[in-house]
Amino acid sequence: MIVFTPRNKPSKNWIFLAPTLSIILTVILGGFIFAFLGYNPGETLYHIFISPFTRIDRISDVFVKACPLIIIGTGLIFCFKANVWNIGAEGQFIIGALLAGSFGLLFPEMDTKFLLLIMIFIGFLGGALWAFIPAILKTKLNVNEILVSLMLVYIAMLLIDFVVRGPLRDPMSFGFPLTKAYPEGALINKIPIPGIGFLGQLHYGVISVFILVPIAWVIINKTLLGFQIKVLGSAPKATSFAGFKEKRITMIVLLLSGGLAGIAGVIEVSANMGQLQPEISFGYGFTAIIVVFLGRLNPIGIILAGIIIATVKLGADNAQMAIGIPKVVTGLFEGILLFFLLTGETLQKYQIAWKNYRS
Amino acid sequence: MDALILTIIATSIPLLLAASGELIAEKSGVLNLGVEGMMLSGAVGAFGAVLWLGNPYFGIIAGAISGILMASVFSIFTINFMTNQVATGLGLTIFATGFSGLAGAPLVGKTIPSLPKIEVYLLSDIPLIGNIFFKQDLIAYISILLIILITFFLNSSKPGIVLRAVGDNHNNAHSIGYPVKKIRWLATCFGGMCAGLGGAYIPLLLTPHWSEGMTSGRGWIAIALVVFASWIPWRIIVGAFLFGGITIAQFVGQARGWPIPSQILSMMPYIATIIALTIISGRFSKNKSVVPESLGKPFVDVA
Repeated sequence: MIVFTPRNKPSKNWIFLAPTLSIILTVILGGFIFAFLGYNPGETLYHIFISPFTRIDRISDVFVKACPLIIIGTGLIFCFKANVWNIGAEGQFIIGALLAGSFGLLFPEMDTKFLLLIMIFIGFLGGALWAFIPAILKTKLNVNEILVSLMLVYIAMLLIDFVVRGPLRDPMSFGFPLTKAYPEGALINKIPIPGIGFLGQLHYGVISVFILVPIAWVIINKTLLGFQIKVLGSAPKATSFAGFKEKRITMIVLLLSGGLAGIAGVIEVSANMGQLQPEISFGYGFTAIIVVFLGRLNPIGIILAGIIIATVKLGADNAQMAIGIPKVVTGLFEGILLFFLLTGETLQKYQIAWKNYRS
Repeated sequence: MDALILTIIATSIPLLLAASGELIAEKSGVLNLGVEGMMLSGAVGAFGAVLWLGNPYFGIIAGAISGILMASVFSIFTINFMTNQVATGLGLTIFATGFSGLAGAPLVGKTIPSLPKIEVYLLSDIPLIGNIFFKQDLIAYISILLIILITFFLNSSKPGIVLRAVGDNHNNAHSIGYPVKKIRWLATCFGGMCAGLGGAYIPLLLTPHWSEGMTSGRGWIAIALVVFASWIPWRIIVGAFLFGGITIAQFVGQARGWPIPSQILSMMPYIATIIALTIISGRFSKNKSVVPESLGKPFVDVA
C-alpha cells in the first residue's frame, strides 16, 4: 500500500515541479476526456492552448483577460492565506462595478479627469461592502463565510439584472437591457502603440496590475498584518497566544479581497464595455480561485497563473467559434488542474513510498 | 390548493435528497462542497440515459451512478491524497459544471418523458391527503424513505454509530481499529448517490429538458440545509419544504402580478438561506456539540 511520511520541511523541488506537472497532466487528461466525448483531442487542444498565441493581438488579449483574474486573485491571497474562504468574489466584482457605474451614470456633472479614480474608489467600497456581509456574520455570529459569500453571488447577479433592465435602463436602447454609455471620464482607453495602432484590446487598466500586485507583495511579506494573516492560516491557536485579534484579521482580509474584486469589476466594465449590462463578469470571480492556487498564494506567481488561465479562457472562445465546443469546457480544465495542484501540495508535505506489508 | 402543495413538494425533493446525502458525508467528517457539481452530473446523466434508452426509470439509475462517480473523484483526492476538502469541493463543482456542459451539449433542445406517478392502491383516493402523499413518483417515495432509514441508521445501528465516531474523532476511531478511510469513502459515495438522484429529479420531473447549470445553486442551498437542520435528518424535511415554499412563492408572486420586480422575488431563496444560516449559527456559538468534530479535517494515516 501507499505510505505517507511527513517531511521535516516542505520539499523545495515540488514548489515549481507541482504546478508544471499539474498543467502537463491536466492537458493529457483533458485530451482523453475530449476523445471519450467524441471530439478530436488534437484539434481541440490546439485551439485551447496554442491558438491564443498565434497572433500578436491575441497575445495581448491574453494579458487583457488575465487582468481581472490577477486583481481578484491578489485579494483572494489574503483570504486563503488566513484560511478564510471567500468564494463570492464574483458577487463583489459585480457590486463594485454596479455601484461605480451607477455613480458615473447618475452624476454626469462629475465627468472630469478624476471621475475614473472616484469610480475605482467606489468600486473598492462596493466590493468591500458586499464582502462585509459574510465578514460581519462570520466574526459576530460564526456563520459559515463560504455559503454566505456564495449566496451573495446569486443575489448580486439578480441585482445588476434588475438595475440594468429597470431604473438605469437607457430609454433609447431599443428594448435592449443596457444602460446609457459611460461619460468620457469614466472610460479606460486602449493603449496606442506607435506604428501599429491598437494591439487587440490592450488598455491602460492593465497598469493597475503592476501597482496592486507589488503592494500586495509588500503587505504579505513585509508588514505585521501579513505576518498575522499567515499565523492565522497556519496555526490558528497561536494567533490568540500571540495577542493577535483573529476576528479583526478575518474582517480585514475579507474587506480587502472584496474591495480588490470591486476594483477589477470597475476596470473591466470601463475598459471593455463602456456601459452596464446584465452580464459583466463571466465567472472571473470563480476562475480567480484556481488562479490563486496555481500561483501558490504568491502575488508574483499569480501573474503567471493568471496568464495561463486566461489563455485557456480565450482558447475556449476560439474552440467554440472554430469547432463548436461549449465554452464551459474551461471549467473542466480548471477543475482537473485544481485537483492536481492540491495533490502537489500533499506531495510537498509528505514523502510517499510503496510498502508491502507481508507477515 | 393541493396543486400548490404538490409543486412545493416537487421543488423540495432535489434539496431533500442532496441534503440527506451531504448529511451522511458530513457525519463521517467529510465536507463535500461539490454537491452542486454532483447534482449537475446526475441531471445530465439521467437526461442522457432517458433520451438514449427511452424509459424514465433508467434516468434514476444513471443519475445515481453519475453522482457516485463524481463523489469517487472527490474521495480519491481528499481521502487518499489528503487534499484540502474545501478547495477540492470547489474544484469538483467547477469540474462537473464543465463536464456536464460538455457532455450535455448535444442534448440541448431535446425533451424527455417525465417519471410516472405511482398511485398507492385505495390510499390515493383519500381526498387531499391521497393526492399529496400517495400519488407521487418513485424518487419522492425514495427520498422520504431515505430520511427514515438515515435516522434509524445514525441513531440505532452499529455501523451508524461507527460512522459518527469516525466523524467526531478520526484518530480515536482509527486507534480502536475502524477503517476511517473506507468508511469515509462509502459515506462520500452515498452522498454522491443522493446528490445525483436529486439532480436527476430536475430533468425527470421539473423541467423535461437539459440546460447548462440547470441546478442553479440548489446544491449550495442543500449544503446550507444541513447546517440549518443542525445535522438532524428529520429537520432536513422541514428545511427543504420551507425552501421549496419560498421558491414557489416567487413564481406565484410573478403570476399574480405582485408589485415587486421579478429579480427581487428570485433573490428570496438565497436571502432566506443567509437568514436561516445566521439564526442557526448564532445558536451554535453557544452549543458547538452538534457539529461533527473532525468535519473538514483530513485524516493523516502516517507510517
